[in-house]
Amino acid sequence: MRITRRRFLRYTGAGLGALVIGDRLASALAAQDATIPVGAVYPLSGALARIGAGIRNGIELAVDIVNNAYPDLTLPLAPTAGLPKLGGRKIRLIWGDSRGDPATGRAEAERLIERERVVALIGSYQSAVTATASLAAETRGIPFLNPESSSPRLTERGFKWFFRTGPHDTTFTKLFFDLMEDMKKRGHRISRVAILAEDTEFGATAAGVADGFARVYKYDVVAKELYTSPPASLTAEFLRLRQANPDVIIGANYLVDAVLIVRTLKEMRWTPQAFMAHAGFTTVPDFLQATGRDGWYFLARAPWALGIAARKPLVARVNDLYRRKYNADMDEVVARAFTGMLTLADALNRAGSTAPAAIQAALRETKIPGAQLIMPWQGIEFDQYGQNKHAAGIMTQILDGQYKVVWPFEIAEAPIVWPMPAWDRR
Amino acid sequence: MTLLLHATVNGLILGLVYALVALGLSFIWGVMDVVNLAHAEYLMLALYATYWLWALGRIEPALAVPVVVPLFFLAGWLTYHLLVRRILRAPLATQIFATFGLLFFLRYSAFAAFGPDVRGFLEAAAPPSVPVLGVPIAVPKLTAAGGALAAFAALALFLRRTKTGRALQAAAQNRDVALALGIPVERMYALAWGIAIASVALAGVLVFPFYQVSPTIGDAFLLVAFASVVLGGFGRVDGALVGGVAIGLVENVLGTLLAPSFKLLFVFVIFVLVLLVRPHGLIGEPA
Repeated sequence: MRITRRRFLRYTGAGLGALVIGDRLASALAAQDATIPVGAVYPLSGALARIGAGIRNGIELAVDIVNNAYPDLTLPLAPTAGLPKLGGRKIRLIWGDSRGDPATGRAEAERLIERERVVALIGSYQSAVTATASLAAETRGIPFLNPESSSPRLTERGFKWFFRTGPHDTTFTKLFFDLMEDMKKRGHRISRVAILAEDTEFGATAAGVADGFARVYKYDVVAKELYTSPPASLTAEFLRLRQANPDVIIGANYLVDAVLIVRTLKEMRWTPQAFMAHAGFTTVPDFLQATGRDGWYFLARAPWALGIAARKPLVARVNDLYRRKYNADMDEVVARAFTGMLTLADALNRAGSTAPAAIQAALRETKIPGAQLIMPWQGIEFDQYGQNKHAAGIMTQILDGQYKVVWPFEIAEAPIVWPMPAWDRR
Repeated sequence: MTLLLHATVNGLILGLVYALVALGLSFIWGVMDVVNLAHAEYLMLALYATYWLWALGRIEPALAVPVVVPLFFLAGWLTYHLLVRRILRAPLATQIFATFGLLFFLRYSAFAAFGPDVRGFLEAAAPPSVPVLGVPIAVPKLTAAGGALAAFAALALFLRRTKTGRALQAAAQNRDVALALGIPVERMYALAWGIAIASVALAGVLVFPFYQVSPTIGDAFLLVAFASVVLGGFGRVDGALVGGVAIGLVENVLGTLLAPSFKLLFVFVIFVLVLLVRPHGLIGEPA
C-alpha cells in the first residue's frame, strides 16, 4: 500500500483519536475503581536511589498494614482491612520518580495530580525537592504530607496544604540543650559551649541555631569557629577551642572533616566533656571504619534508631514484618516514611471522603498517641504551620563500636558515658 | 605566649607538608611552563594506594614509600607521554582545559573505583608525641615534615650535582639551545613529570597516618599548593619551600591568635600583598 500524505494524516489522526479516547476511558474506569489513589514522589533513580528504595519499602509496608488486617499491631488502621470510614476501600500507591531533582519532582507531582487524580501526595525526602513538589500540591489544593525533610523553612512558608510529621533542624539542635539540662540535673557542671561547623548552608545554619539556643538556655558560647570543608588542617581551630576551654563542643561537620577532628583531638590529648554532632558524620558507618576506637563516645542526634525497640516492643514487631518482606532492618529514613504514610492514611479514613478539603481538615485534627507510633515521640498533632508539635529526635552515642540510644533516658538502651573518657584512659 | 608557640610550631610543621605538596607543581611550572591543575588528584590517588597497601597487606605507611613513590614516578612519566606532550606547544587555555580535564578524569575514576566512602588509618594505640620546643607533636606529623625537608634537599642535590640534573635545568632554561646541545629534551620533560608526581605521592604517603582518604580530598590542598608556588616565586623549587612554610605559619599563627574562621582569608590577603609588592614572589627574581 502506498502511503500518501492524505492516508498518513488519516491514520495518524485515527490513532491519536483512539489514544485520547482510550486514555479518557482508562481514567473514567480508574475513577470507578474502589481504591483510593495516593501519590508518592521520591528519588527512585539517580544518586539517592538506594535511599529511595528503602523509603518505598517503608511506605508500601505502611499501606499493606492499612489495606490488610493486622489485628495484633497497635498501629492506626492495623486491625481492619482498608479504610473503615470509606467502606473498607483500599489505598493504591502511584509512584513518581523525582530522580533527586527539584524540577523533576515538581513535574512528577503535577503529573500525579492532573493525570493520575491522586487525592493526596507524600514526599519527597530531600528538602529542595519537597519544596518544589509541595508547591505543585499547594497551587492545586491537594494535601501534601512530608515525613522526612529537615529544613525548618518548609513549614514556615504559610502553606495551607503542607504537613510535616518529622522533626526539623531546629528541633534537632534543641535536643543538645535538653540533654545538657538533664546532665546538669545529674550533677555535671556545664556552662561553656563551643561551636565548630563547616561554613556552607548545613554547618553555618546549624551554628546559628545552636548560638540562638545557647542564649535561650543561658549557656556561654566561648568559641564559634566556621571552616571550609574539606580542611587541610584544623589545628588553628582546635588550639583556639582548647584555649577557650568549653565544657561541650557542638559540631556540624561532614565526614571528611570528622576524621580530622578526631585525629586533632587525639594529638592534643584533649577531650571536652562531650562532643555532640549533627548527624552529618557520626551516624555514617564510614566514620567508625575511618576512626576505629578513637571515634567512640561521640554523641549524635538521630531521628530514630532500631535500638529503641528495647523499650518499645511495637518497633521490634514492625521491624520483623519489614525484615521478612525486604530482608533488611528498618533505618531512620524508612521509619519516618512509614510513620508519615500511616498518618496520611489515618487522616484519609477520618475524612470519610476523598475530597481534598476534607482530607486537609482531617489532617489538621490529627491526634495519634505516641503508643501507636514506632517513633520516639509523644504523638502526632500539627500546629498552625503544619508541623508535628511532638516531632523530636534522640541522642545516640558510640559505645563498644555501636550506635546506642542514650537519651531520652526513658527509652535509652545504654547508659550515657559523660564525660568522654580522656585519651590515656581508653 | 604558649598559644603563640603552639601555633608557630604547628604552622611550621604543616607548612613543610604544604611545601612538599607544592613542590611538584612548582617544578613542572619551572621546567616547562605547564600549570597542572590535576596535581592534588595524584595526592588523593597516593593516599588510596597507601590505604590499600595497609588495608589489604598490612603494610605500614612508612614501608609504603618504596612501593608508592616509584609507582607514581611511572604515573607521572606516563602522564607526560599520554597527555602533556600533545599540549606542550598549545595555547595556555588548551593546557588549562587539558589538565582540568585530567583532574575530573582522575577524581571521578576514584569515585567509580572506590565509592564516596571516607577511609582512614586505624592504629590500636595513640601515635606517640614528641616535644618540639616544648610543644607535643605527633610522630607521623614530624616524620612528614622531615620527609619534606629530605625531598627538597634530594631534589636540590640532584639538580646541582648530577649530569642529568644539569641537563634538566638546561632543558628548562632554553628548549631549543638544549636540543642543539644534544640534550634529549623530551626525556627530560618526562623525567620532570616523574619527579613531580613522585614528590606529591610522597606527600600523600606521609600525610596518610594523620589524614583521611576520599575522592575529593585533593580540594583541601590544591589551593594551598598554588598559593605556595606563587607566593614563593614562580617555578622555583626553593620558592615552593618558602611559600609553603609561609602559608603554614600565616594560617596557624594568625588563624589561632585572631580567628580560625578567617585563616584562609589571612593567607590570601598576605598572598595578594606579596604579589603587589613583589610580583615575582618572595624569593623569585623579576622576569
